[in-house]
Amino acid sequence: MMEKMIFGRYIPADSIAHRLDPRAKLLFVFIFIGIIFLANNGWAYGAAAAFTVLSIWLSGVTIRFLIKGLKPVMIIIAITFVLQIFFAREGDIIVDLGFVTIYEEGVRQAIFISTRFLLLVFMTSLLTLTTTPISITDGLESLLNPLKKIKFPAHELALMMSIALRFIPTLMDETDKVMKAQMARGSDMSSGPLKDRLKAVVPLMIPLFVNAFKRAEDLAIAMEVRGYRGGEGRTKYRLLKWHGRDTLALLSLVGLTVLLVLLRG
Amino acid sequence: MKKPIISLDSITFRYPNSVHDVLKQVSFSIHEGEWVAIVGHNGSGKSTLAKLINGLYFPENGEIHIAGIKLDNSTVWDTRKHIGMVFQNPDNQFVGTTVQDDVAFGLENHGVPYEDMVKRVIGALKQVKMDDFLNQEPHHLSGGQKQRVAIASVLALRPDIIILDEATSMLDPHGREEIISLVRQLKEVQGLTVLSITHDLEEAAKADRIIVMNDGEVFQTGTPDEIFKLGDELVKLGLDLPFPIKMANTFKEQGVPLQGQYLTEEELVIELWTSHFKK
Amino acid sequence: MDISLQKVEYRYAAGSPFEKLAIEDVSFSVPSGQYVAIIGHTGSGKSTVLQHLNALLKPTAGSVVIGDRTVRAGRKEKELKSIRQKVGIVFQFPEQQLFEETVLKDICYGPMNFGVSEEEAKNRAEYWIEEVGLSREILNQSPFDLSGGQMRRVAIAGVLAMQPDLIVLDEPTAGLDPRGRKEMMDMFYRLHKERNLSMILVTHSMEDASVYADKIVIMHKGKKVHEGTPREIFADAEKLKQWDLSVPEVVHFQRLLEHKTGILFPVVCLTMEELVAQWKQLSGGHPL
Repeated sequence: MMEKMIFGRYIPADSIAHRLDPRAKLLFVFIFIGIIFLANNGWAYGAAAAFTVLSIWLSGVTIRFLIKGLKPVMIIIAITFVLQIFFAREGDIIVDLGFVTIYEEGVRQAIFISTRFLLLVFMTSLLTLTTTPISITDGLESLLNPLKKIKFPAHELALMMSIALRFIPTLMDETDKVMKAQMARGSDMSSGPLKDRLKAVVPLMIPLFVNAFKRAEDLAIAMEVRGYRGGEGRTKYRLLKWHGRDTLALLSLVGLTVLLVLLRG
Repeated sequence: MKKPIISLDSITFRYPNSVHDVLKQVSFSIHEGEWVAIVGHNGSGKSTLAKLINGLYFPENGEIHIAGIKLDNSTVWDTRKHIGMVFQNPDNQFVGTTVQDDVAFGLENHGVPYEDMVKRVIGALKQVKMDDFLNQEPHHLSGGQKQRVAIASVLALRPDIIILDEATSMLDPHGREEIISLVRQLKEVQGLTVLSITHDLEEAAKADRIIVMNDGEVFQTGTPDEIFKLGDELVKLGLDLPFPIKMANTFKEQGVPLQGQYLTEEELVIELWTSHFKK
Repeated sequence: MDISLQKVEYRYAAGSPFEKLAIEDVSFSVPSGQYVAIIGHTGSGKSTVLQHLNALLKPTAGSVVIGDRTVRAGRKEKELKSIRQKVGIVFQFPEQQLFEETVLKDICYGPMNFGVSEEEAKNRAEYWIEEVGLSREILNQSPFDLSGGQMRRVAIAGVLAMQPDLIVLDEPTAGLDPRGRKEMMDMFYRLHKERNLSMILVTHSMEDASVYADKIVIMHKGKKVHEGTPREIFADAEKLKQWDLSVPEVVHFQRLLEHKTGILFPVVCLTMEELVAQWKQLSGGHPL
């Protein structure tokens, strides 16, 4: 299932959304998350949905692909939808089956809440689908930079994220290797009672931790030898460049905000 | 005589929490443009030497000079500018998420301006023939390729000295060959000083000078020729002789008379050919 | 115990967009008591083959016969433990699998997983720690306080204490110094001879393959391309070159000597002693 899941993955392509500055995209998504809560009726939700569809279209990703790739999330949305219908107790009764009563307001709320949830998931997925993890890191560092004045460790945070990204595949390989080595010694992580399975995790986790510490130590030395002394006085190789299209993207959000406010009932 | 670029004077060192001295009264110097191999078995103290030369640890007694600067707490960042290091594990020294980011890492640390940085990254990757892999991620590279990127990272910083700390010991024979010939070529073109720490005597045979370490002390220093004359003494230290020397020794043991030392297979073949057929 | 691979194919992530063919149509056998070396360039499929030898991977086509068990593609296999007990694998850098508080407990881990009593496991630990060249005092220490070389020996003792019928070695000497390498290889050879243990050695070292193995299997780009005795394999340097492999140094030297002198040796010499003996015979015929 995880192999088909697209949440958090990057799909290389060359769409308008791909070319946007990561800072623009990050701000875009944050602002979108904020203003979607302005919507409180069908028209407003319709406008937000249309805006989302337009964004998806500009990213070159198809809605079918998004729905297929986000299946597990879709299931959660469906469950929320059903729960909302059954538990809301407001407005006119539309169906009364005795053991369960469905109210008009319940259906309304259910539709709104799942739409909002769906739009949020689509938008955040668009961000990760069109931006490499390292660009997201660069964007975050740049956006958080002003916070350095209040001693927020923006550079350190970004460096940590980029090293984590760099080592994920290495650690995955290592997990596979240690797991196989212990399986060859008769460990069984996939059957038996839960208690035994948990116990079988220890021989996997300890070597992984020990190796990770060793790697961290080596890496720290390698970084020091190459002149790393913290963020002070460093230049950047990965430059971010703000274009007109980035400003345009953010302006479109202003438009959406105005629209949502006007449509509020 | 060229001037020494690295010099160690009666260095004694022990790790914190340890009761044994890893290095005892070690002194030697390395000259500009020289290729010196430090050999010794695992635990002979050879890798500790590299860490001291780079100021990752400071000696308990004795002095280290790098390019005329006395190495201590206050000068360590200056001396480091003269030295580039390539370590044993190809994975644990790859900092960037891609090949070009990794090479740029050191330049970013030194505050090199962007335009200059781009030129130096590409230039260094060209020198190690990895310029076709700019955006490749490390887990898609072989061990040998990762080590070449590590060398490019060093070259981009333009040091005078390159230290290979068992840089080939985790590679397959192919990768090992690749790295050694690359460093050799770089040394000749750029006049780099090379210090290679290894237990591979085949690798050491190509050096200008060999320093043999044993139990934290300098056991012997000399040209490969002089060192390999030690023969069985080296084997006793846990080292292995290069093949031509072992082969010649076997001939001698089996009663085939041979004169002299043979550092290459060709020399030995010619000797056998002339002494036994052409009289 | 005999082991054989029959037309084994393996695809990683079969059925997904990331599917990748790793090995294809690989067949060879290891009769009981034989020492077989698998050689091949990095990425040739050696390590995928290795993981089939005790059902860590199941073939996507073909079958693997391990003693009286057969692991076949597409069939659910129950109770893999009995297979894994018979085939011990020493992975590359095995010291990275140590995890227990003491060396003793770590060595006992494998045997006890296979149902050996604690008492018996301890006896085995005491026995095998000495067989790998360490002293019993070490048993009560933490494995993480040992030197790299000692840790590797402990890990190997942990596999040997399972008392498998076949040992698979994946580059067991990687990272060791020359003395450590020789001691390690001699130890495995002694176990092989004394106990008639079958051995499979995956290696980059043509020297080790030529000196220790009864049979060599060559892998190249996921296929088995050649199989034979060391003498057969190393007779043809040109052929090996197409698979990115070379001959042992002594063979290389022999060829050089033959080329220079124009005298052909009747056999391929795998050791220096052999070569000198041949040389003496050949040159002895000529007036000095």
